[in-house]
Amino acid sequence: MNGELTVSAASKDTLPTVFGYIGIGLAFGIVGKASGLSPLLVTLMSIITYAGSAQFVIVSMLVTHSPILSIIFSVFLVNSRMILMSTTLSPYFKHESMLKNILVGSLLTDESFALGMNKLNYSENHLNFPWFNTANVISYMTWIISSLVGAVLGNFISNPEKFGLDFALVAMFIGLLYLQLISDKSIQFKLQLIVVGFVLVAIYFGLVFIPSSLLILLVTLVACSFGVVMKHAFF
Amino acid sequence: MPSFNFVLLTIVGTGVVTWLSRIIPFVVLKKFQLSKGVIEFLSFVPIAIMSALWFENIFVQHIGHLPSIEWGNFLASLPTVASAMISKNLLVIVIVGVISLGVIRLLMG
Repeated sequence: MNGELTVSAASKDTLPTVFGYIGIGLAFGIVGKASGLSPLLVTLMSIITYAGSAQFVIVSMLVTHSPILSIIFSVFLVNSRMILMSTTLSPYFKHESMLKNILVGSLLTDESFALGMNKLNYSENHLNFPWFNTANVISYMTWIISSLVGAVLGNFISNPEKFGLDFALVAMFIGLLYLQLISDKSIQFKLQLIVVGFVLVAIYFGLVFIPSSLLILLVTLVACSFGVVMKHAFF
Repeated sequence: MPSFNFVLLTIVGTGVVTWLSRIIPFVVLKKFQLSKGVIEFLSFVPIAIMSALWFENIFVQHIGHLPSIEWGNFLASLPTVASAMISKNLLVIVIVGVISLGVIRLLMG
């Protein structure tokens, strides 16, 4: 990764995450097909909802015939972290038009967010529309195509877990976290590690009584507050 | 599996709430300036959210009790972290992660 904010730099920067999307997209297609969704519906879900892990939640709730409002509410909870990510990202796009802001937001994912945050460490704290939109569109297309392919392949493969493909998402989170830790100079490394440790403890104990759909958002909010307090008290 | 129309309606509903979560901050904050305190708070979002997403995957929830460990994901995380430290390359990290879990599942049957 370097400081360039061009379309071609974005393609290079996004490439590693593409493999993650392919892995998870294939797994999603296969799971969707195995649960009784047609390849058309699998693809439509990837086009319209476009929400990674939340799509697995939708499929599992459809299988158990959950009411539509509870599915929508669960997806909202799982994706509410998006609000936090777009809030974090929005100051960097203030100079772009409203339409471009909406476009960047519409296709935002955990991974493109993390890539963008990582990029800031190389680009003197700047982001622009061509770079971010390219990263977003590549991710979106890859996700749609791989979930379609997964749904078609689903006729032949019934158990995608056997291949470890579902770990692509977790591996991507680990990689993006590590790259952020070593390159973000705005917060001291030791403080970052303390916050990560705090998150681990908070997730562990939070799982006892908070549904996991809500937990990510809550823990993130508490961990950010914790980080701010620690920064002022000890750093 | 429910009917085509029910699934389609669900997809549209979940799509709308997801889209709104993604764009509303961009629309609202186009006009307003975030205070310094809020920006400082948000500077912790990337590491907090990425670690939360990771750690949630290495546990299995049992409401009312402490979570148990999801051994496959937990064990696969170790070589994945090691590959992150050695390669600092996202592509390598993802490939090592997937192969690790594949091998672990093969060994654990």
